[in-house]
Amino acid sequence: MKTASREISAVSLVQAALDKAHQYQADYQIFTWINDAAIERAKEIDARIAKGENVGRLAGVPYALKDNFLSQDGETTASALILNGFASPVTATAVKKLEAEGAIMIGRTNLDAFAHGSSTENSYYGPTKNSKDLERVAGGSSGGSAVATALDIVPFALGTDTGGSIRQPASFNGVYGFKPTYGTISRYGVVAMTSSLDCVGFFTQNTADLDLLMQICAGQDDYDMTSLPDYYGQAAVADGPKKIGIIKDFDNDAVAPEIRQALQRKIELLQSKGHEIVDLEMPALKYALAVYYIITPAEVSSNLSRHDGIRYGYRSDKSAHLGELYGNTRDEGFMPENKRRIMIGNFVLSSGFYDAYYLKAAKARTLIIDEYKQAFEKCDFILTPVSPSPAFKLGEKVNDPVAMYLEDVMSVPLNLAGVPGLAIPAGKTAEGLDLGLQLVGPRRSDQSLIKFAAEMEEA
Amino acid sequence: MEVNQETIGHLAKLSNFALSPEQSRALEGDLQSIIGYISQLDELDTEGIEPTYQVFEMENVWRADEIQPQEANREQLLALTKEVRDYQIKVPKVL
Repeated sequence: MKTASREISAVSLVQAALDKAHQYQADYQIFTWINDAAIERAKEIDARIAKGENVGRLAGVPYALKDNFLSQDGETTASALILNGFASPVTATAVKKLEAEGAIMIGRTNLDAFAHGSSTENSYYGPTKNSKDLERVAGGSSGGSAVATALDIVPFALGTDTGGSIRQPASFNGVYGFKPTYGTISRYGVVAMTSSLDCVGFFTQNTADLDLLMQICAGQDDYDMTSLPDYYGQAAVADGPKKIGIIKDFDNDAVAPEIRQALQRKIELLQSKGHEIVDLEMPALKYALAVYYIITPAEVSSNLSRHDGIRYGYRSDKSAHLGELYGNTRDEGFMPENKRRIMIGNFVLSSGFYDAYYLKAAKARTLIIDEYKQAFEKCDFILTPVSPSPAFKLGEKVNDPVAMYLEDVMSVPLNLAGVPGLAIPAGKTAEGLDLGLQLVGPRRSDQSLIKFAAEMEEA
Repeated sequence: MEVNQETIGHLAKLSNFALSPEQSRALEGDLQSIIGYISQLDELDTEGIEPTYQVFEMENVWRADEIQPQEANREQLLALTKEVRDYQIKVPKVL
């Protein structure tokens, strides 16, 4: 990516990004807010460069921020009415690290409210459109960040991935999307969804940028007790032939032919480069989606109980007493999918159903983790589709929650196991829609995974 | 598991939602199909398997019991609410 220097100013980089952001916004609905004041920060960066200061590895680089990251620039809405007007006094650790290297946030990007969804249609502000077809979805939940990167408004964008929310929109828009190992990047200052699954990650246009961003953002944070000590960039990355696992059960009629063909092309390419293909049986993975849609609502119902209209955000003004205020605020402030998840969460955790649903899912999660451990004894990485189909039409699935959930069938198992996954571009359909595949590695193999993807990028 | 208006009413109460009758009817069908889907876990044998609640590989992360500097002060936090009097948040009557 281009950084600012004496030859190329931060102001010119940021102005170009802002111009494109405004130009595309009306058609694509990418942003919840465009940060026109970014130009002031660019001027400061240029002044520092003129003085000969070392501004950092991302000097003057414009980026887009999913609107579920807290920062003192703009309001954090999570694309939900209930956070309307919430101007955070604190800034997320990932944002601080990027800005300490000179990066400049030019806008907050649209998402499914509270990151609940796989299309960015569940946003209070309306859906983001696909970068290749305005009648199709961007994917989700980080749809705005994916499209901002795909349309080259910015060279990279921040996202969050709880069950595929970076990888699926990346694959719908032809960019790289990375979900690191659980705990790699601090989640301090990120709106919590499913705390045992949530990861911070990136959208980029190439693997070199992704590697740099991971070096900058990985590491332990006193403000996030589930952040790992920095391992990224410190583990040895072995070159040479790899064993690549293919999951037989994911190659079935429910997967679009173009995606199966893209997978086959990539397998042949890998073989031609001397890598070995290994067939994997992972029978518990077919239950991963059911496990996910028990664990996620359970944690969501707890995490979203804090939104009561009292301390911050939206408050309903038609309540005679406090109990009504809670009920009305939450009814008016949450989107329908937020309500479904909160209610399902309260169902699976309630007395009489806990053992049959939540405890059962927690046990099934152990089986899924064990299958990944066994798989990585047989192979170095796993290659699968990201989702069953390329970008679907707006409105096609939004009123059928289970059809929408099925979008996540091949992306959620990674989050349950805490392993890293990288969505890589894999060609286009005949009508020009983007196709993607995902590379999966064992925990803490993040840099090896990105380096391996780089090898495929050159091909 | 059959979802009916009584189930929806109970879950709405647990969730603190004041739902309209139209929403309650729509949610009945939605929740029925979601619960139908997740109930497929019944067929998976998990006898003798330990549950996993988190995948963070570390335990007992210790730190000194010292107050760390926070970015936000009391005034900034209270500024986020609708009405404040004497450093307290004002709400409607409780009953």
